[in-house]
Amino acid sequence: MPANKKKSSSGFMQKNSQLLIPLVAILILIIFNLIRDPSFFSIGMVTNNDGYPVLQGNLISIFNGASELVILAMGMTLVTAASGGQDISVGALAAIAGSALVKVLKSTEVITPWTVALGILACCAVAMLFGAFNGTIVSVFRIQPMIATLILFTCGRSIAYWINGGATPTVSSPIITAIGSFIPGCPVPTPILIVIFMGIVLGVLFKTTTLGLYVQTVGINQGAAKLNGINPVAVKLLTFVILGVCCAMAGTIGMSRLSLINHETLLLNVEMDAILAVAIGGNNLGGGKFNLVGSIMGAYAIQALTITLYAMKVPSTDVKAYKAIVIILLVVLGSPVVKEAFRKLKNQISAGRFLKEKGAA
Amino acid sequence: MEDGIVLTMRGICKNFPGVRALQNVDFTLRKGEIHALMGENGAGKSTLIKVLTGVYDKDAGEIHVDGIDGAVTIRSPQDAQDKGISTVYQEITLCPNLSVAENMYIGRQKGMRVQWKEMEKKTGKLLESLSIPARPKQQLGSCSLAVQQMVAIARAVDAECKVLILDEPTSSLDDKEVEMLFSLMRDLRSRGVGIIFVTHFLEQVYAVSDRITVLRNGELVGEYEVQNLPQVELVSKMMGKELEGLSDLDKAASANASSGEAYYEAEGLSSSEAKPFDFRIAKGEVNGFTGLLGSGRSESVRAIFAADRVTGGKVTVDGKVKNITKPIQAMKAGIGYLPEDRKRDGIIADLSVRENIILALQVMKGFFHPLNRKETEEFADEYIKALEIKTANQDTPIKSLSGGNQQKVILARWLLTHPNYLILDEPTRGIDVGTKTEIQRLVLKLAEEGMSVTFISSEIEEMLRTCSRLIVMRDRKIVGELKGKELTQSNVMYTIAGGGKENAC
Amino acid sequence: MKKLLALVLALAMMLAASAALADGIKVGIVNNPPSESGYREANVKNFEEVFSAENGYETKTAYTLKNDEQLNAARQFITDGVDYLLISAAETTGWEAVLKDAQEQGIGVFLFDRMIDCDPSLYLAAVVSDMAQEGETAVNWLLSLELPEYNVIHIQGAMGSDAQLGRTGALDAQFESGKMNKVIQQTATWDEAEAKKIVESVINAKTPFNVIYAENDGMAKGAVAALDDAGITHGVNGDVVVMGFDCNKWALRELLAGNWNYDGQCSPFQADVIDQMIKTLQAGGQIEGLNEKNQIISVEKGFDARELTEDDIAKYGLGE
Repeated sequence: MPANKKKSSSGFMQKNSQLLIPLVAILILIIFNLIRDPSFFSIGMVTNNDGYPVLQGNLISIFNGASELVILAMGMTLVTAASGGQDISVGALAAIAGSALVKVLKSTEVITPWTVALGILACCAVAMLFGAFNGTIVSVFRIQPMIATLILFTCGRSIAYWINGGATPTVSSPIITAIGSFIPGCPVPTPILIVIFMGIVLGVLFKTTTLGLYVQTVGINQGAAKLNGINPVAVKLLTFVILGVCCAMAGTIGMSRLSLINHETLLLNVEMDAILAVAIGGNNLGGGKFNLVGSIMGAYAIQALTITLYAMKVPSTDVKAYKAIVIILLVVLGSPVVKEAFRKLKNQISAGRFLKEKGAA
Repeated sequence: MEDGIVLTMRGICKNFPGVRALQNVDFTLRKGEIHALMGENGAGKSTLIKVLTGVYDKDAGEIHVDGIDGAVTIRSPQDAQDKGISTVYQEITLCPNLSVAENMYIGRQKGMRVQWKEMEKKTGKLLESLSIPARPKQQLGSCSLAVQQMVAIARAVDAECKVLILDEPTSSLDDKEVEMLFSLMRDLRSRGVGIIFVTHFLEQVYAVSDRITVLRNGELVGEYEVQNLPQVELVSKMMGKELEGLSDLDKAASANASSGEAYYEAEGLSSSEAKPFDFRIAKGEVNGFTGLLGSGRSESVRAIFAADRVTGGKVTVDGKVKNITKPIQAMKAGIGYLPEDRKRDGIIADLSVRENIILALQVMKGFFHPLNRKETEEFADEYIKALEIKTANQDTPIKSLSGGNQQKVILARWLLTHPNYLILDEPTRGIDVGTKTEIQRLVLKLAEEGMSVTFISSEIEEMLRTCSRLIVMRDRKIVGELKGKELTQSNVMYTIAGGGKENAC
Repeated sequence: MKKLLALVLALAMMLAASAALADGIKVGIVNNPPSESGYREANVKNFEEVFSAENGYETKTAYTLKNDEQLNAARQFITDGVDYLLISAAETTGWEAVLKDAQEQGIGVFLFDRMIDCDPSLYLAAVVSDMAQEGETAVNWLLSLELPEYNVIHIQGAMGSDAQLGRTGALDAQFESGKMNKVIQQTATWDEAEAKKIVESVINAKTPFNVIYAENDGMAKGAVAALDDAGITHGVNGDVVVMGFDCNKWALRELLAGNWNYDGQCSPFQADVIDQMIKTLQAGGQIEGLNEKNQIISVEKGFDARELTEDDIAKYGLGE
């Protein structure tokens, strides 16, 4: 059935047009940087101060630096899809999780791999608990997610402070350094590996459960979901708990990078970038269908933009303005109005081609 | 332009990638007539309307509007309105939290200053002249759906319109409200407005229309005067074939089954919305709940499926006492439920046809047992074929399907779970005659295979054709039960109206 | 009856005497809460240690970030009849009436760390830091190294904060005069991780540099992490000079280990100075060394890694 095939190919296009915006954004950044500095994306090997060979270059910096954001954007995508709103407490929650990890690490004289494992488990548990708190307010009490998470957004960093009682507690352990920068002998920064690990975990979760279908169903039509036997409260709660785990991982990476936790600045304002990543990824912030790959690409695009601005030595005072301009462009490009205009243009072109073919025949 | 003609469309063509939606369609609307636009789903009615209102650009053809020289190009709905073409859609597109007057004039006053007093006065006059039972200061949301619909029409008419398009205006109204709407339409007709009336209800077409244009598969079948086109002929023209046994469905099997072993039995079942009631259905039986809108018929079946919060009652399924307080428990007990409001409770609009079909089965299988891609594709294919669902492919979002096909997808969703007892609440609402008959046939076939079916419809005739037992409700109570020879239209009417069963016999 | 009266009198006298004995100098301290920052934590601790019972003080404290709560606390202290009122105000305005009250009651007012918008005659003295001086001390130290050239990576704090303005000013002057070369000047808004990314971007661009001037310890640590990853040596015997601010204990230990070169401090230790002044007044002396605004500018410390001792860390380090 050739006709059928054609249709399915257009369906494929439709499905992936969502990825167009982040793809274009990344492409533009790549081209722009290549023109500005052809060696921008070169990757080299250097020996670090611990004596191990490691990868170095802007590309590595982008992938490494975006790690926390990518992980949070994945969780944020699920929450957005299921509850039609965003969690603005992810930065604060990551600070809490990181502080919990530091608390466990500081509780022993010698930091062993077991201490670290226990610490990460504790930090996951704490973050999941707070995630469940957010989720309960959203799903059971039906409070707008942004309002519900405003609570933790406001008090989260104070809670992080209470956990350790000090301003910037530090830990010194080669294991933590390995998590935050490089595992001795492995040239790839560990945060990148953690992102890949989280990606696989989520991938397996989607493969072995009906999470994806449920989240989208609840996000699109909660009433219908209920009538099909899905428990919307449980599904929303679950997405918040998953986001909690993402916060725990982001907090762990953020804390390990420099072996210290500054509860006031750790992943400050990251929630806005995470929401932005979800939006740039072509996901509807009102919930429903989602595309995790889009959000991930959105997160990398944001990080690439930051690194580009640093590389261009844009003055501190101007950075935010430049970022805003790029973001406005991206968001407008992805808006329904512009999409519709593109669609019409495409239709006209294809109609023209159709007529031409007809004429030729 | 000829005298008395307000709108002509000639040779309209519209192509979508892979689909020819309209081919060389002509349409003529005269001054002061109600002109029904008929056709099955996918015949091209909505496309034609959308071309006329500027939602779509036409690929070829000409449109002439009375009072404008030469062919007109309609660029947008706003443009259409400026040229005297107004539309009132099935879904009310006004703001329920504003007053009636505000809704009438919103976005239409000139300049920044709002002259409330004058606005209210004008609205009052207009409402009165059209005998619409609403006050200018009343909040629109507090009016009944029919009145809201009429306000929308009044707003359209007030904008100096020559052509008024009513797209399925009656689908959510009850009989009395429909009659109110019709008198408004007749009133407008006498004022010289040309009305294009799009509907699925044949009776309504014959009640108000002067002329009928029939479309089929994007082509014009013909234009007819109502008195020259008997109902049966209209249906056959819409379907493109001679009608075969629309009325003589065989429900003998179901009738015999009704006295047999019960599949589902409820005693004193009640929910947050339904008063306690008793109910039973036998294996292989088709029965139905009937009554006016609001009589509690939907609420009762919702209680059976636990769609609302169940508050009491004893339920026996297949001889075993079951606790059904959540939909998932009903599903596991072999019950399927096709909800009344397809858009609100049925479809998952943005998800694909495939995902919509497998949803219920997937939920029953459980969170940790996802169907693999190949299985879902096979299931979807099977049911798209079996129910002749018209969709580009499995990945098409269900929202882009026509109403009838959406309904078939939801039906497929429940058939896929292989239920023993299927509840269909208004499965044929807002879908075309052909599909209606198909669904009725399917229901009887399923019953023959041993499935129990509860069928609800606003059209009594349809229920009489399919059900072998009718439970009649009034004011949230069961007031009668009809079966066998008692099943006649007048009996049902009497029972609904309060004559009771004894009078009817 | 007389007996009873005598007894009561005697009792009252005894009580008064014992009160006078236990009574040191009554002091009310109004400050921001220690949770505000590491600086504040050290600041609060310093005051509590100095104005202790052992040192002959009877101290009442009130810690809050809210100006109106601070005002209420100050009024309460005046009512309680304290001898001295020590204030680090949350906001610079709204204090005039309270300070006048205090003056009328003969209560001596000292301001510390933060100034208040009012007539200087309303307080005895203000012990404050000069952020610009702090930056100058650091830059002068840097100039004293007499490096052949200065290619500086300058990582700024949150733009517009007092600390950022003071610490940036002195360095900007050097950039303008051409003595030092600005490799990059970028804000990391006190965020350690961001500082690391900024330094990374310079390394990736292969621009040469030999000084990192980070406006707090955390950002200096972030910068150093980037150097470590790139295999660039730093500190006393390294290629890159590393400078930080705040003097956290952990940062001073980095200095001691030779990983960093310099740490500047905005002193949170004003208690000793105020203690000295109060003792002088009690002994009937006069406070000296005030400028026209009745201020005493704290002497800002700057630590050179080559001269730092464990004692310094114990004495001046913030945090644990």
